[in-house]
Amino acid sequence: MRYFLRRLMQGVFLLIGVSILTFLFSTLAPGNYFDEMRLNPQIAPETVAALRVQYQFDRPLPVRYGRWVNALLHGDMGFSFAYNSPVAPLLWVRARNTLLLTVTAMLIAWALALPLGIWSATTFGRLPDRAISGATAVLLVIPDLVLAIGVLILAVRSGWFPTGGMVSAALEGLTPVQKLRDLAWHMELPVLALVLSALPSLVRHVRAAVAEVLDAPFLRAAASHGIPRTRLLYRYALRAAANPLISLLGFSVGSLLSGSLLVEVVMSWPGLGPLLLEAILARDLFVVIGGVLCSTVFLVTGNFLADVLIYWADPRIRSGAPAR
Amino acid sequence: MPYRVSSTVDDSREGEKMDRLLIVEKLAKRYERTTVLGSKKEVLALQEVSFSIGRGSTLALVGESGSGKSTLAFCIACLERPTSGRIVFDGNEIAALGEKQLREVRPQIQLVFQDPVRSLNPRFSALEIVSEPLIVQGRLNKQEREARGRALLAQVGIPQEKESQKADEFSGGQRQRLAIARALSLEPKLLVLDEALSALDYSVQAQIANLLLELQAALGLTYLFITHDLGMAAHLADEIAVMEQGRVVEMGAADKLLRAPGQEATRRLIAATPRLGAADHRPQVI
Amino acid sequence: MAPLLQVQDLHVAYISRAGRKSPALEGVSFDVRTGETLGVLGESGCGKSTLAVALLRLLPGNAEIQKGAVLFEGQDLLRAEPRALEPIRGARIALIFQEPSLALHPTIRISEQVSDVLAAHEPASRAARRQKMLQVLAEVFPADTAHIADSYPHQLSGGQQQRVLIAMAIACGPSLIVADEPTASLDPTTQQDILGIFRRLREKFNLSIILITHNPALLAGLADRVLVLYAGKVAEIGPTEEILKSPQHPYTRALMQSVPEGLEGSARSRKSRLPVIPGEAPNLAVLESGCRFESRCADRMEQCKQREPGAMALSEAHAVSCFKYGG
Repeated sequence: MRYFLRRLMQGVFLLIGVSILTFLFSTLAPGNYFDEMRLNPQIAPETVAALRVQYQFDRPLPVRYGRWVNALLHGDMGFSFAYNSPVAPLLWVRARNTLLLTVTAMLIAWALALPLGIWSATTFGRLPDRAISGATAVLLVIPDLVLAIGVLILAVRSGWFPTGGMVSAALEGLTPVQKLRDLAWHMELPVLALVLSALPSLVRHVRAAVAEVLDAPFLRAAASHGIPRTRLLYRYALRAAANPLISLLGFSVGSLLSGSLLVEVVMSWPGLGPLLLEAILARDLFVVIGGVLCSTVFLVTGNFLADVLIYWADPRIRSGAPAR
Repeated sequence: MPYRVSSTVDDSREGEKMDRLLIVEKLAKRYERTTVLGSKKEVLALQEVSFSIGRGSTLALVGESGSGKSTLAFCIACLERPTSGRIVFDGNEIAALGEKQLREVRPQIQLVFQDPVRSLNPRFSALEIVSEPLIVQGRLNKQEREARGRALLAQVGIPQEKESQKADEFSGGQRQRLAIARALSLEPKLLVLDEALSALDYSVQAQIANLLLELQAALGLTYLFITHDLGMAAHLADEIAVMEQGRVVEMGAADKLLRAPGQEATRRLIAATPRLGAADHRPQVI
Repeated sequence: MAPLLQVQDLHVAYISRAGRKSPALEGVSFDVRTGETLGVLGESGCGKSTLAVALLRLLPGNAEIQKGAVLFEGQDLLRAEPRALEPIRGARIALIFQEPSLALHPTIRISEQVSDVLAAHEPASRAARRQKMLQVLAEVFPADTAHIADSYPHQLSGGQQQRVLIAMAIACGPSLIVADEPTASLDPTTQQDILGIFRRLREKFNLSIILITHNPALLAGLADRVLVLYAGKVAEIGPTEEILKSPQHPYTRALMQSVPEGLEGSARSRKSRLPVIPGEAPNLAVLESGCRFESRCADRMEQCKQREPGAMALSEAHAVSCFKYGG
């Protein structure tokens, strides 16, 4: 139990650290939202100055940070200059969309990676393994951006898929089921791009973890007891290979997140990605911090879940024995 | 638990002290283990261990696993600090020495481990392995080191043509020879052999045992031979000390101890050692 | 009465990545009768562990069985369909691997691992299986059975893990148990416990045992006959007493001499030089012609370099492969 409290505290500290750094970098970066405004001849300099005071840009950094934390604890994440609305509701919508994409992609990627990786491991060195390894190598080499754009081109050329967005224009008139199908249709390409970018590394890791276990004495011992092959593979081998794979799960959450930011921008999916990008470009301070913090929360939660899973899956960690 | 020290020399007499190369008095070692989850467990590895080893002789330390033998080996080799107690080596107190002074002492006490596979760097050549400690010592130049390395290899029976062979290409017995040669490179007075023969086949054990006896006669080495194989201990040792649960419960001349064991732990060990001469009282199978 | 197990002219080789063949076993033949304990004595590299897994066709991918037959209960195991082997493995012939800490799955409870063995061979309800599992564990853990059943392997000592392996081996009532170095990493007292368990179980269930070890002293008092393996070939086979006390093959003789008298020795023998077998076991990948022990043999003759000796029967029970005795 103490273990989890410690991990939780570490997560909280991480969040605090990230928020401080983001705040620092955002405000220290040259320029702020109001510089843009000042360039706009239609807005009087006095208005800009007044706005600056209103948003307390004239106060020292720690004070501004303190006020922001205080507000955060009350559920207020600041105000977006660009969207002219409180940050919190803005973030939730976008975050939800990103989660939708990432979770779906992750489920599909793992559902594919496990059997592919196991198949690869059991046919080590032979044709199926070589084919899979070759394909993953190619996918690994292609940068995520190119993958996303490639998928987009597929959409444009074939006309089978929407070229962006989350919902069709005629959304209002549809039944709930039709809305769901519409959503799924829009999700197909972004999910495809994400899965393609995450899959190769997952498959390789599963393959490596399972291959190592296949050689283990306890597997041969179990075989000598006459335990049938499928049971051997899925109950004995996979469970022993679980540890590195669960850690990988935690890690893949992070990488999927960063991948999703990119895919969202390319495919105009209204998630955190485009929001963050615009906010950074527009120096929309609170949105930037809010977005980064949101991503960090996802990351920390993912890793924390992985910790819980390992604790549950490996009795050696539970009793404090050194893991082999 | 009372223990009985019936060593052949009464080491309470000052003059005789120099005859005992190593004297250990009431050594204790406590560990605190912190688990991954943060809970602390205290382990009492050694409790009041006392014994001594005569110069140029062999003491076999026997006991079951968990009796604290390896912890004791590490403390004597100055790789661990005891929690309390004295270690007198060659007339000098070494248990409480500072790091700098310990560095002078360590070359004189060398350790040979059980696992010939893991105690040697597999990618080093035989010559490199035996001359590596000399590099750390920093006294000789490269040629002198190699010459000394070759001499050591010859002494332990590794043929010269194999000197550049990598460690992982040698057999288990040969690797133990390398480990012994490496230990000898610093010209120690005391060699601590921690289950050094246990992982080897019997015919190979015989070879290494002979080698150890030769080296002892030629170089005047003193051995602390730690093992749970009472048979080999009986063959190699002048004196035997029996350990149980972190204590030395009995010590004496090998002959006497084996013929007339005083303590239950000793009797148990003797009874548990398999003998070639045992007969099977089962009726014959048709 | 026909022997329980007949191994005839077994040849097994390992194939390196480069395609080179390294013989591991050649021409190995022996019988095991019902209720008999056969000791297989040999040192590292002699092929004893290969023999254990070859009997059940559990060799790793880079090994191949080149020749021979393994007759068990009317079947040739080497030529049977893989499907036909599953009811035999663990149920008729059980294997106990070396290194108990590695032979158990690290994250599955003992009770489940034992139950899995039962489930693989005996269709029964879960409740019945649990009953049987506890019964089987109670054979090796008369006290604390339930506690052990709920534990994980890493919570048990080496001796306890070994007992679990024995329990798993007897769970389905096999007629033959092949134990590969069952006491190698254990304390002397624990060793005695384990050997005692073997004795008790074989009386109770009339088991045949093949006990593989490199320690000749273990076989005294436990094995009926001993087979000595050297460099993949049978050097000698005969009643335990004869093999240990009056071995005929030069290798066996030299091996027995290199075990220190230790507890049975006199003060004179202490710290004396042990007679050793000069040199090392041959590298099987680069074999030369002739007897494999020739280069280390004190009794070698001219013909030993040219041909390999065949098995010569010295008596009804005792056979040696050495030119000293003919062939």
